[in-house]
Amino acid sequence: MSAIENVSRRRFLTGGIVAAGALVLGVRYYRNLLPGDKLPHNTNADRATLHSSDYLGINSDGTVWIVAARSEMGTTSRTTLPLVVADELDADWKRVKIEQAIGDKRYGDQNTDGSHSIPSYYDAMRLAGAAARFMLIQAAAQRWGVPAEECETDLHIVVHRSTNRGAGYGELASAAAKLPVPKRGELKLKPKSAWRYIGKRKVSYDLEALVTGKAIYGMDARLDGMMYASVERPPVLGGKVKSYDDKEPLKVAGVRQIIPIDPFQQAPAFQPLGGIAVIADNTWAAFQGRKKLNISWDNGPNEIYNSDTYKNELRATSHSPCKVVRSVGDADAVFAKGGKVHEADYYVPLLAHAAMEPLVALAEFRDGKATLWAPTQNPQAVQDIVSKELGIAKEDVICHVTLLGGGFGRKSKPDYAAEAAVLSKKMGRPVKVVWTREDDIKFDYYNAVASMYMKAALGADGKPTAWLQRSVFPPIPSIFDVNAVYGDPAHLQQGWTDIPYDLPNLRIENGPAKAHVRIGWLRSVANIYHAFGIQCFTDELAHAAGRDPLDYLLDLIGEPRTIDFKGVEYPNYGAALDAYPWETGRLRHVTELVAEKSGWGKRKHGKGTGVGIAAHKSFLTYVAAVVEVEVNDQGEVRIPRVDMALDAGLVVNPEATRAQFEGAAVFGTSVVRTGEITATKGVIDQSNFQDYPVARINEVPNQTNVYIVESDAPPAGVGEPGVPPFIAAFCNAIFAATGKRVRDLPITKLGFS
Amino acid sequence: MIQLKVNGVEQSFGGEPEMPLLWYLRDVLGLTGSKFGCGVGLCGACTVHMNGQATRSCVTVMRNAAEKEVTTVEGLDESGLHQVQKAWMKINVPQCGYCQVGQIMQAAALLDSKKKPTDHEIDEAMSGNICRCGTYQRIRAAIKAAAEEMA
Repeated sequence: MSAIENVSRRRFLTGGIVAAGALVLGVRYYRNLLPGDKLPHNTNADRATLHSSDYLGINSDGTVWIVAARSEMGTTSRTTLPLVVADELDADWKRVKIEQAIGDKRYGDQNTDGSHSIPSYYDAMRLAGAAARFMLIQAAAQRWGVPAEECETDLHIVVHRSTNRGAGYGELASAAAKLPVPKRGELKLKPKSAWRYIGKRKVSYDLEALVTGKAIYGMDARLDGMMYASVERPPVLGGKVKSYDDKEPLKVAGVRQIIPIDPFQQAPAFQPLGGIAVIADNTWAAFQGRKKLNISWDNGPNEIYNSDTYKNELRATSHSPCKVVRSVGDADAVFAKGGKVHEADYYVPLLAHAAMEPLVALAEFRDGKATLWAPTQNPQAVQDIVSKELGIAKEDVICHVTLLGGGFGRKSKPDYAAEAAVLSKKMGRPVKVVWTREDDIKFDYYNAVASMYMKAALGADGKPTAWLQRSVFPPIPSIFDVNAVYGDPAHLQQGWTDIPYDLPNLRIENGPAKAHVRIGWLRSVANIYHAFGIQCFTDELAHAAGRDPLDYLLDLIGEPRTIDFKGVEYPNYGAALDAYPWETGRLRHVTELVAEKSGWGKRKHGKGTGVGIAAHKSFLTYVAAVVEVEVNDQGEVRIPRVDMALDAGLVVNPEATRAQFEGAAVFGTSVVRTGEITATKGVIDQSNFQDYPVARINEVPNQTNVYIVESDAPPAGVGEPGVPPFIAAFCNAIFAATGKRVRDLPITKLGFS
Repeated sequence: MIQLKVNGVEQSFGGEPEMPLLWYLRDVLGLTGSKFGCGVGLCGACTVHMNGQATRSCVTVMRNAAEKEVTTVEGLDESGLHQVQKAWMKINVPQCGYCQVGQIMQAAALLDSKKKPTDHEIDEAMSGNICRCGTYQRIRAAIKAAAEEMA
C-alpha cells in the first residue's frame, strides 16, 4: 500500500520531501507502524508485494518504489541512482516512485560526499534492479509453463515472444515474491545496447517541485507545536560563556525560554559549539531575543589566531624541509648542482561553504527517542552524534533527510542537528534550530588555508630536471584530534602525491600547521589549493621557457602510463587501484580535447584578453579546462568563455554531469574573485554576502561548454572535479591577459575585481 | 492590526509590526516557498511580488506590507505553472533548487516590465539573486525561452 496520506490535520506536518501546495503530505514513518513491520522505519519498498532488496519494492498495481539512500543537494543523485535500478529492471520511469531513506546502516555508507554516490553504488543499483527482473521472469515462466530462458522483459512487462504472451510487473509481483532472491552469480545484466536511461538526458525527479516552491528543505520542515531556536555561539573556537542576561531576552514578544548549551569536550568533531539558545514562537522573535543576551565570553587559547600572522607562519614552515610524502630520484642532488631554478609561493585562504540554505534542523525528543528532520549529507552521522549527546542508543535516533539547499560538504557535519536534539530534550517539545547567514559564515568548518612552496630546476630545454613541492595547511583530522597537524593521506592524495608529471627527480613534502578554527571538507577540498599550486606553477615554467602552455603541459604529463604509487600511501578516493588506475593518457586526452574544442592557439586575443589552461584529476575523474578572460584598464575581469573536457568513465546522467561542471565554473569563480575568510583574535571577520561575496550572474562565465568523453571505464565522480582545474586555468588566463601572476587568492589582492 | 492580501486572500496580522514579511509568510501562514537565505536583502531567495514589484521579503517589515497585495510563488500562476516556471523546467535550471523560487519571482517581474530583455538587462535585473550551485547560464537561457513563449 501507499503510505502517503493526508496528515494535514494531525500533529505531524511534513516529513516527506515534497509537499503538495496547501495540502501538506507527510510520508509516515516510525510512529505509524503497520502490522507486521519489523523495523521502526519500514519503507514503502519494504512493504511492497515484491521486496527483493532494501532499495526496491514492486506493488501489485505495478508501482515501483525505489529508495534513494543518498542525500539530494543538487547533484541529482536522488534521481540518478534510482534511474540505474529502473534501467536494469526495465521499469517504466513514469511508474517509479522515489522514496528518501532515513539514516539506516543497512544502506551502507550514506555520507553523500566525496563525489562517490555513483562510483560506489552503481553496481549495487544495477544488481537490485536485475534481481527483481530475474524473479519477475521466473514467475512469468512458471505461470506459462515455459523455460525462463525463453522469456524476456520489455517496458514494465515480461514477455514470451513465440506465444505472444505478456504479463505486467504488477500482476507478477505476488508470485515473484514467493521465489528466492537470486544470487549474484545467477544474474545477467542488460547489455549496454538495451539501456533505457543510463547515458540519456534525464532531469531531476523533483524538477516540478523545485520550480513551484513545493519542495521541502530542512528550512521548511514543520511540526505542530514546534518552537524556534536561535543560538549565540562562542565567537572563538573553544570559548565558554562567563555570564549572560537571562531576563531581557524574555521581554521580547514571542520569546519563551533561554537555554544554555554545553561547550564541546576535547576536539570539536560534530558536537555543538555551545552557547546560549533563545527559544521562541517564531524564527524572527528568536533572532531578536538573541540580541539581548549580552554574553560575556571566556575566549580560551584560540584567541591568539590572526590570519595575517598565521599566513606568514605557514609560509615560513614551507620554506624549510618538511615531512617527505613521496620521492622519486634525487631532487636535492640536482638542486645542489646549481643552474637555473624557478620558485614560487602559492596561497589559498580559508573558504566558507555558504550554501544558500543556512544550517537548520528540526528535532523532537519524546519517550526516550529522538526524531530529526534535517538537510543532512550524512544521516548516520546525525544518529551518531545525537545518540552521544542525548545518551540514547543510535537505533533510537531517527533521522529523516529533507532536500538540501546546497551542501558542498558543510552538511556532512551534523553539529546543527545535535543542537536541535539537545534543545528538544531540554524543552520537552519539538525544536527547530535556525542558523542565520552570519552564523553559517562564522561557524563553518572551513576549507583549509594553505601555503604551497614550489621549486623546479630547469634544463636547457626549459623542462624540470628536479621538482620540489611543499604544502602546509591545518588538516581536517584536527577536528577529531587537536594535536593533528600534518596532512593525512586522504587529503595529500588530492592532487599532491599524485602529481601526474613524468619527472626524473621529484620530492613532495608536507609541513605541520595547528588549526584554530574547525577545518572541514568543502567541494573539491585539498584539490583546490594543490591544483592551484601545481597547475599555475606549470604555467609559470612554460612562460619562463618561452613555450606554449598547452604544449608544455602535455610535455610534462608525458607519454601515457599508469602512475606507480609504490611507497606512497595513496587511498585512491577509496576505490581499488586495479579497477581505477591513475592513467595519465586519459588526462592527456582531455587536455588535447579541451584544447581542440576551445580553439587553443587559433583564436586571436587582443589587449587585455587571454586564455589559460589547466588539467587535474580528482575524485577519479580526469578534467581539463580552458578559460578566456577580458581585463579592462580598471582591472575589472570578465569571463567570456569556459571550455571543460572530462573523462569520468561511464557517465550515467550526462545532463546532470554537464550541470555539475557549469556549476563548478561558478563555484571556482567565487574562490578566485572574492573567496576569503579571515580571523582576528580568533574571531571570524566575515559575516554575510557583503563581506563574503559569492559570484553573481554578472560576474560568472558567460558561456561554459562541457565535453564528456565517451567511456566504458567504471564510473567516477562528477560533483567536485570541475572546480580545481577551472581555478588554475582562470588564474593562468589572467596572467595571459595582464602579465600579472596570481599566486595569492583571491585576486582582489592584486587589485582585480 | 495590519491588513494585507496574500495570493488574493485577505489576511490580518496582529503581531509585531517590525517582523519581516518573510517570517510572517513562512512561520505564520506556512507558505514556505519563499526562502530565507541572508536576512539582509543580499541574496534574493526571499523574493516575492508586492503590488507587482519584485521585493525582498526578508527586509520588508509587516508595517510596510500593510494594505499591499503580496504574491508568493504559491500564488504566482492560477494554472499551477507560469511560463517562467515552464521555461525553468524546459532548460532544467535547478540544481539544489533553494534559490530558484526567488530567481523565478525576480524573472517573472522582469518579464512583466520588459518583454524581451537583453543579456545586459537580464544581468541587471538578476544580479541581486545568488545561486551558489551556479545555474546562472541556464537562468539566462530560461528567461529568454520564457520571453519567447510570452511574446
